[in-house]
Amino acid sequence: MSNADTVENAIATPEREQPYEALGLKADEYAKIREILGRRPTSGELAMYSVMWSEHCSYKSSKIYLRQFGQKVSPAMKKNLMVGMGENAGVVDVGEGWAVTFKVESHNHPSYIEPFQGAATGVGGIVRDIISMGARPVAVMDQLRFGKIDDPDTARVVHGVTSGISFYGNCLGLPNIGGETYFDPVYQGNPLVNALSVGVLRHEDLHLANARGVGNKVVLFGARTGGDGIGGASILASDTFSAGGPTKRPAVQVGDPFAEKVLIECCLELFAGDLVEGIQDLGAAGISCATSELASNGDGGMFIELEKVLLRDPSLTAEEILMSESQERMMAVVQPSKLEGFLAVTSKWDVETSVLGEVTDTGRLVINWHGEEIVNVEPRTVAVDGPVYERPVAYPSWLDALQADSASRLLRATTGDELRAEFLRVVASPNMASKEWITNQYDRYVLGNTALSFPDDGGMIRVDEESGLGFALASDANGRYCQLDPYRGAQLALAEAFRNVAVTGATPVAVSDCLNFGSPENPEVMWQFSRAVEGLADGCLELEIPVTGGNVSFYNQTGSQPIHPTPVVAVLGVIDDVARRIPSGWQDEGSNLYLLGTTRSELDGSAWAGVIHDHLGGLPPLVSLPGEAALAELLRAGAVEGLIDAAHDLSDGGLAQTVAESVLRFGIGARIWLDEIVSRDGVSASDALFSESTGRVLVSVPREDDVKFRGLCDGRGIPALRIGVTDAQSDSLEVQGLFTVPIAELSGAHRSTLPEHFGAVVGG
Amino acid sequence: MTRVGVVTFPGSLDDRDAQRAVRFAGAEPVALWHGDHDLQGVDAVVLPGGFSYGDYLRCGAIASHSPIMREVVSAAERGVPVLGICNGFQMLTEAHLLPGGLIRNDHGSFICRDQLLRVENASTAWTNAFAVGQEITIPLKNGEGGYIASAETLERLEGEGLVTFRYVGVNPNGSLNDIAGVSNERGNVVGLMPHPEHAIEPGFGPDTALAMRSGVDGLGLFTSALQSLLAV
Repeated sequence: MSNADTVENAIATPEREQPYEALGLKADEYAKIREILGRRPTSGELAMYSVMWSEHCSYKSSKIYLRQFGQKVSPAMKKNLMVGMGENAGVVDVGEGWAVTFKVESHNHPSYIEPFQGAATGVGGIVRDIISMGARPVAVMDQLRFGKIDDPDTARVVHGVTSGISFYGNCLGLPNIGGETYFDPVYQGNPLVNALSVGVLRHEDLHLANARGVGNKVVLFGARTGGDGIGGASILASDTFSAGGPTKRPAVQVGDPFAEKVLIECCLELFAGDLVEGIQDLGAAGISCATSELASNGDGGMFIELEKVLLRDPSLTAEEILMSESQERMMAVVQPSKLEGFLAVTSKWDVETSVLGEVTDTGRLVINWHGEEIVNVEPRTVAVDGPVYERPVAYPSWLDALQADSASRLLRATTGDELRAEFLRVVASPNMASKEWITNQYDRYVLGNTALSFPDDGGMIRVDEESGLGFALASDANGRYCQLDPYRGAQLALAEAFRNVAVTGATPVAVSDCLNFGSPENPEVMWQFSRAVEGLADGCLELEIPVTGGNVSFYNQTGSQPIHPTPVVAVLGVIDDVARRIPSGWQDEGSNLYLLGTTRSELDGSAWAGVIHDHLGGLPPLVSLPGEAALAELLRAGAVEGLIDAAHDLSDGGLAQTVAESVLRFGIGARIWLDEIVSRDGVSASDALFSESTGRVLVSVPREDDVKFRGLCDGRGIPALRIGVTDAQSDSLEVQGLFTVPIAELSGAHRSTLPEHFGAVVGG
Repeated sequence: MTRVGVVTFPGSLDDRDAQRAVRFAGAEPVALWHGDHDLQGVDAVVLPGGFSYGDYLRCGAIASHSPIMREVVSAAERGVPVLGICNGFQMLTEAHLLPGGLIRNDHGSFICRDQLLRVENASTAWTNAFAVGQEITIPLKNGEGGYIASAETLERLEGEGLVTFRYVGVNPNGSLNDIAGVSNERGNVVGLMPHPEHAIEPGFGPDTALAMRSGVDGLGLFTSALQSLLAV
């Protein structure tokens, strides 16, 4: 019947040579597998171990550091955490019986090889993680990093990635409510495509990935299994690209958003009918991962008949079926008495379903192929107790010199004309320019609950139509800061995402992260990683918001050049009523503009240093997390009392960028003055415009609320300086005594950069 | 209470939004299923946006042959108000309830924007709450929204006043004659590419000059249907 390598055969032929290196395993890892099994693995077992022990699935290099997220916690951080790290996604209680689950994940390497499918399936994968928790996905966001904007290859990747996300996300009917896009030569041969999804559920609908209840059926449903994505986790995500090597294109999965959309509705109906005991999506490592994880988290045993897997390609071998990363598949554990009901729902949605086997009490994961046993392992050895590495760590040899090269030596503009020219260059630079060329390709309306989306600082979704309860989400990372100091850089990402949630009027409550780094085999990269994780864990403890889950992506480099450390930090906030949300742009005439916080001369790693002087060096801005928390509390109180009609954080590009975006959001001009910042904080006009000091927000306050708002700031000891007033009639931005820019000119500068490289924006 | 059916296909995306719009207009939304032959006695039907059956063939092509569509076609022939939004518009043209067809946007990309439209015909079942020449802002989001028809058909549409909505300022997808929506001769069947169900609730619609996301111009389509049903 078959010529599979059976357990019996493995025992009989102990000396057979096995291709473990081609599957991405090291010699000592292979020896360890032999030791665990007491024999050589069958080819099916070798396939399973190779994908599950890959860096991508096992976190073998990062595990010892990630533990901090579980250790550095206070009781306040556990209070609203329903599910923490280790499940498909973290779950946070947001009140009124509702919970929110969210997670951000990388799909970097597939998106370089095959940008369209790589990005599309990145969205698909993270959405299935959210469904697995029992939640309805309600929004997506993406964090994108591309190479130099004018490199000939960048347009290929940008077009592919954007249309892939647009195609998949739009077809799923999920609003895309925000994200980030950066261009930097360090990402030229290794773009970053991170995708975030968020879902909502009632507390009682929570589902977990475990296989409990001996005799319960193990059911595979969704798309058929094909030959795509074989070895995606081990070959692609856990190695660097090498010049002249094979294309690795077959390791990229192919997505079908319609199949996923149907799967979402089907799963939600299964949950509503209480027809599922445990559920797991099939992502990296496919059936190998789902069976071993479900069994490890449950009663410990499972029996599977692999030939029952429905195939797209009947020529697939057992090993290929175990490793395939075909998309849009789920595995559920179902009570026998509920199987009929389960099948009725999948058949209503025309979702193909096959019963593969059942939960056992043997403590073994046994997989048969046409009646012959090809896998017999203890599931924890595959899914949980993989290798753990303490990789060598080394302080980067180049770092002291880089930190010593401060931006303080760079020439500051002084005249109005010079400042005007620099202002326009900064706001038109690729990283500061409008991203509407990308975001206009995403549906932000579907589901009818989008209260805020790009270009506002955070996205916001209504959860409950009656009460108005909602959540806000923002994500940030600044690779330039992290290159200068990964500890502070990670805290800066946290502080910025936290502030971006706070300016919407929501209260930050939880964190998810996607840690993008170079090769863990490079001790300097490992040092960057260890410092970034420590910074993030310490920062979360200080702010008392838990990390609920996340993802590590290593091997992001081309040749020997690692990317800048890019720890993407996503912060979730809660708001009682989305009607009280605060937009980022000015809407009204004659509102007072207050700058909250203090400006220092902090230009190291800034957008200004990069754009005007092509400079990266020094130490990134200082972070005060208690200061951020106090600022967030002020914004929340201001939102509740309705004293603030707009709020925009200051980060990349400093006050210059914030003012430009606030003007352009609704086309309302303003007059601002820098004199008082200059005199109070002892900085130059140039620094007042371009410094990236943290803990600052620009708010717009209606005149009639002026006294009350000042009182709010004084009472909390938050420095507030009135630095301008909105002026709807002027059609311009005037920086008093220095320069004036008509809104049309500002808009042209800010909005034409991406179209110049990638094509026109519809309606320009 | 007037009952308005909203058909859900497996790949429908804006069906809940359309139900909400019906509710906001003061009618009772009724969920209809693509595989059924039953319109449950509704007074009007909305075919919502989405990707019906994945739309890997022409958009709406397979949906136009679904069981529920046979019922929709016969209801439309009896004069029941039928509104097709985006993918629903594509289905109505594929089912020959409306003339012309929709092709890939001329610029090749999916586009989402707040779109200005002019109401060209205010006597259909879905536009009588508007005035002719009124300009309204409705979110548009599609990849295949370019309206095409033969020269004779276009001439007939223009001559008989069957162009219901026209794009103003920006033609976002290369539609001929800037056509955003059309109706049948009887005026009970209307299809348009923009999504009126996303401009019905303050706080969640397009931006207006007055306030962020406060646009509710889309509500007029749904209240029109109620008016026309009451008038019968």
